[in-house]
Amino acid sequence: MLKISASNLNALFDRIAEKQTLYIPVDREPNVSEYKKYESGMTMSKALNTVRSAKDFFFPQTENLAEFKMSGKTIEVKDIRKENEDFVVFGVRACDARSFGILDKVFLSEPVDSFYKNRRDHGTIVTMACTRPAETCFCTTFGIDPTVPGGDVSVFFDGENYFFLDNTPKGEAFVASVSDLLENGDASKLAEVQENARNIMKKLPLAGLSTDSFGGERLMEHFNSDKWAELSESCFGCGTCTFVCPTCQCYDIRDFDTGNGIKRFRCWDSCMYSDFTKMAHGNSRNSQLERFRQRFMHKLVYFPANNDGEFGCVGCGRCLSKCPISMNIVKVMKALEDK
Amino acid sequence: MQEAMIKRAKELLADGTVNRVMGWKKGEFAYDTTPAVFETAEEIDREFVYNDFTQANQSKYLIKESRKEGKILALLKPCDTYSFNQLVKEHRIIRENVYVIGIPGGPKIDIEKIKAKGITGITNVKNEDFTLKIETIYGVETMPFYEAISVKCESCKSKKHVVYDELIGEDGDVLDSNRFDMVEKLENMTAQERYDFWRGELSRCIRCNACRNVCPACTCENCVFDNPKSGIDQKAAADSFEENMFHIIRAFHVAGRCTDCGECSRVCPQNIPLHLLNRKFIKDINCLYGEYQAGADTTSKAPLTDYRTDDCEPSVVHERGAE
Repeated sequence: MLKISASNLNALFDRIAEKQTLYIPVDREPNVSEYKKYESGMTMSKALNTVRSAKDFFFPQTENLAEFKMSGKTIEVKDIRKENEDFVVFGVRACDARSFGILDKVFLSEPVDSFYKNRRDHGTIVTMACTRPAETCFCTTFGIDPTVPGGDVSVFFDGENYFFLDNTPKGEAFVASVSDLLENGDASKLAEVQENARNIMKKLPLAGLSTDSFGGERLMEHFNSDKWAELSESCFGCGTCTFVCPTCQCYDIRDFDTGNGIKRFRCWDSCMYSDFTKMAHGNSRNSQLERFRQRFMHKLVYFPANNDGEFGCVGCGRCLSKCPISMNIVKVMKALEDK
Repeated sequence: MQEAMIKRAKELLADGTVNRVMGWKKGEFAYDTTPAVFETAEEIDREFVYNDFTQANQSKYLIKESRKEGKILALLKPCDTYSFNQLVKEHRIIRENVYVIGIPGGPKIDIEKIKAKGITGITNVKNEDFTLKIETIYGVETMPFYEAISVKCESCKSKKHVVYDELIGEDGDVLDSNRFDMVEKLENMTAQERYDFWRGELSRCIRCNACRNVCPACTCENCVFDNPKSGIDQKAAADSFEENMFHIIRAFHVAGRCTDCGECSRVCPQNIPLHLLNRKFIKDINCLYGEYQAGADTTSKAPLTDYRTDDCEPSVVHERGAE
């Protein structure tokens, strides 16, 4: 398998960055990482995952969609779309890599979201296999193998070398473009590293969590559960869970008045917010219980109902770490599951 | 301490003094406690927890809870009592519907500070004579307790309970805290350095509103930023300075009412030190109007809503701003 030694990783980054914009996870504080545009000399973070998910690259928090310019009684509509430049995201974990498949189902089904597609077409995803999962990890619940992370290229680290395995034509092109920096290496140690990580996954506190009690066919039962009141009682309706979530995809479209025209933009929205899906008639979910229920029903029931049984969660554990009151999808699943 | 709290809570439920108990519930791990309302002794026995991780301020929940039928027991740490008092003063909490037991407070531990050491796979955290013994699936790690103390407890302002019906444990004193040290550092920066500091911090904001929603001083029924009729309701920044404005406006709005409970910084998923904005206002109020601690009592007039002939002139601000 093609490899590069850990000491040469930055040479690889420098090479990629010569041709394309490269993003890598970088420590902002010790073990707190975020994706940054690579500049020579930056060190890749050793933290398991970034605070914000990798969905930002394809579905940014805000983006302009169109502009309207007013002159007298005429309104000029400007299509501001332009072809994206190629970019590489390096070090994406298996959970986030799976989240792109979930977002694809939303944005690439008809009618295709051209803004999202543009970024997907031009982005190359280089993933990184997990070797040291955290207690908040539960990706295996959703059938994800964190030791085989997917994306366009999978990268595996055996403690000394990074090994590259291309999964798609885009990944093949990526590996070919840096092949002179790579060499053939003995990947025999990798199997052991992977086996070790898989065994750790089995020992994690959330290893037994199952989706068996969820899915589209359990709609009315879960919707009408009397557990929602207790589960949602302390939720104060912030959007932290939705904004750190790699699969939350709801957005709002708004107009910004520039004084002589309009900039129409879209931005992330949160079903936890009081004005989410507010329409002329008012709001369809007036209590926090209903808003809270919506988020988890969407991931565990509505999404699989509409997407061949695929759940809208990848078990990355961000909401477990970041919810101000430590209420999260794991606690919801455990409360609702068949006893 | 947890046992004493459970025992007393069950007594007060049994004798009908209260019909509900506000406390914290155990989670999946050693550290992920959730504020919760308990209605029966069985629930309390099963799920009630009070430990080094029960950081959450409960006072804001009591706005809603004190409007329900019957009396609720609130177990308040010293810092929580200031928030409680301030909300009573603002007629947000109905005092007679809450039975307050003052309980010893922190220092509490922030699990993020343990994780920042690279410790992961955490299955248990024990405090053994101020050394944390952290059990993980990768083995046992240790670190000094003081290195894991949460930001809000690092500069504790008071161990005194400013309101209670009874106490479990002893009452403490108002402390001579170091809480304005960082504010002074910021004041001593040049305007450009200070601007760069705040731009660096606030640019990370993802506008999740956790700081606003957790804040006991943010109790507007419909926040101006959520109200489509306000013209400034926003879910996203219209320009690159908007996040800064959101936090600055919020700090202005809670000035004189913020008790410095530290919840804003505790909940920020991006670790923005929002409490420093509020502390700057507290320090300025102390300096311009005399020492004032929001929530210390329920009767005094707040400096910013009171007029005295010896109030500082607005020009003070102007003159100082010209430095």
